[in-house]
Amino acid sequence: MDVAALVQAIVTGLVMGGIYALVAAGLTLIFGVMRIINLVHGEFLMVAMYGSFFMNSLFGLDPYISVVVILPLLFLIGSGFFRFLISPILSAPEINQILLTIGASIFIQNLALLLFTADFRTIALSYSRIKIQLGPGIIDLPQLVALLSSILLTLILYWLLKSTDLGRWIRAASQNREAALLTGIDVRRVYLFTFGIGTACVGVAGSLLSGIYYITPSIGWLFLLTAFVVVVLGGMGNFVGALLGGFIIALTESVGSLFMPIALVPVLKFIIFIILLLFRPQGLFGLKRL
Amino acid sequence: MAFFFLLIPWLTDSRYFLHIFVMIFFFGYLATCWNILGGFAGQHSFGHAVFVGIGAYTSSLLFAHTGLSPWFGMWIGGLLAGLVGLFFGFLSFRYGLKGPYFLLVTIAFAEVFVYIALNVRAIGGSSGITIPLAGDAPFFFQFNGKMPYYYIILMMLGLVVWISYIIQRSRMGYYLIAIRENEDAAQALGINLMRHKLWATVISAFFSALGGTFYAQYILFIDPPSILGLGLSIEIVIYAIVGGIGTILGPAFGAFLLFPIAEVTRGVFAGQTGGIHLMVYGLLLVLCVIFMPGGIMGRLSQWKFLREDGPSKR
Repeated sequence: MDVAALVQAIVTGLVMGGIYALVAAGLTLIFGVMRIINLVHGEFLMVAMYGSFFMNSLFGLDPYISVVVILPLLFLIGSGFFRFLISPILSAPEINQILLTIGASIFIQNLALLLFTADFRTIALSYSRIKIQLGPGIIDLPQLVALLSSILLTLILYWLLKSTDLGRWIRAASQNREAALLTGIDVRRVYLFTFGIGTACVGVAGSLLSGIYYITPSIGWLFLLTAFVVVVLGGMGNFVGALLGGFIIALTESVGSLFMPIALVPVLKFIIFIILLLFRPQGLFGLKRL
Repeated sequence: MAFFFLLIPWLTDSRYFLHIFVMIFFFGYLATCWNILGGFAGQHSFGHAVFVGIGAYTSSLLFAHTGLSPWFGMWIGGLLAGLVGLFFGFLSFRYGLKGPYFLLVTIAFAEVFVYIALNVRAIGGSSGITIPLAGDAPFFFQFNGKMPYYYIILMMLGLVVWISYIIQRSRMGYYLIAIRENEDAAQALGINLMRHKLWATVISAFFSALGGTFYAQYILFIDPPSILGLGLSIEIVIYAIVGGIGTILGPAFGAFLLFPIAEVTRGVFAGQTGGIHLMVYGLLLVLCVIFMPGGIMGRLSQWKFLREDGPSKR
């Protein structure tokens, strides 16, 4: 067993894990609070990535700077989406809400396909190539930044939920909607903010990813499926769980690719997903309630 | 109206026109099959293409390797799909997967199949399978003209619509609807959840697979993305939902309405990337969920003279 390869795999896994966690953070927040399985989340990621790309190609803005624009933009998009499309059907059966997000996802993805074509875009940064040595492993600088950002973001979200008023309202609304209403919390507003924040999170993810991954309309769906596995693994509604879940899944993939044909590696995560859903849907850290 | 459909092939010379109808009936067929599990039983599967694909692959592989006529291979495919459905259904229902969790599992399950199919050379891998040409060979489920295919799929559609009708009016239909509306209450009333959900799954899977064989014999080429993929699964669901989930004619009607739209957009925007019709589908799905959750048939059945017998309205 080639130790160097293993270490590299672990390093890559950690970095990818951070990225998965970033995407999953918003998803788990939305589900944890509103119990909505938000399948359009992936498309928001894609939108953010394209946003960064165009900021870069049109204005020469570095993605790590344009994130300042992308974050509020995605927040607005998310809130708007919630306000106009989800809010009307909040009391409809869950399946309808999911279908709506699927429909929106299909629409947005193909709109992007129409506008931007399927050509892969990339952002080449002057420092993309800088590699950092961690023992026998090598990381690209942008990847490292993504990893640190995801940890940072998780901490920020955690702080937000624990220590701010908004956070308290969100937690109340997610625990018991009726009771929250009774205590005077404007639950609909809380949901709006939650959806916005969740989307903003994925906006950050998109900005950071744009320096690492190729950009194409279908990229959203690709990450979304993995993000779902991460969310379920970590426990829906649990960010720290999402972070750890991200690491676990990514490590499984990167270490797994050492032992099996690379094309079959995604099957691993789907199998994990199925097993999780069957036997432990609350994931590793989630609460008993589903 | 059924007579009209019988006459169409005689009224037109255009192969293209017939092809459109064949595809409409095909998707209507699949959507109706899906509806047995998704509409009647309320278990929304987003991986139904798996069953279609199993049917298509089974009959095609048997034909290509052993020369077994797809007319026979079809039933084997159906059986296999039924077994897979049984296995999968048993696992899912046994562990209490419902609603969105069931939905996610079906997606994951289907994706596993797609990946495996893409990577196993023996069944074609990513190159798929080209069904051996036998020319005009009715015994081998191949015809030169479109007309035979037209009638076959029309009959199949009629068959599953009839089966849906029978199920809906039968005791099982009532049980399924009870399960759909409120599982706990249904169980409290003594309805065996597992048994009926499994039956719905197996029936739905079996017939979907037969449809898969039809597709293989009509198009003469199958590969994982086209016949096993998430795209097909979602398409089926969209037809069923926009047409009218839980109704008998709804899913077929959905195909009737939506497929031509796809063709028109494909034609009008020729040269563009083929995603426009998907945009329309996505938009329709969104609008449908907000304004017409029962689909078109659901809305129409509020007009008395179109009301179907039985408690099928969502």
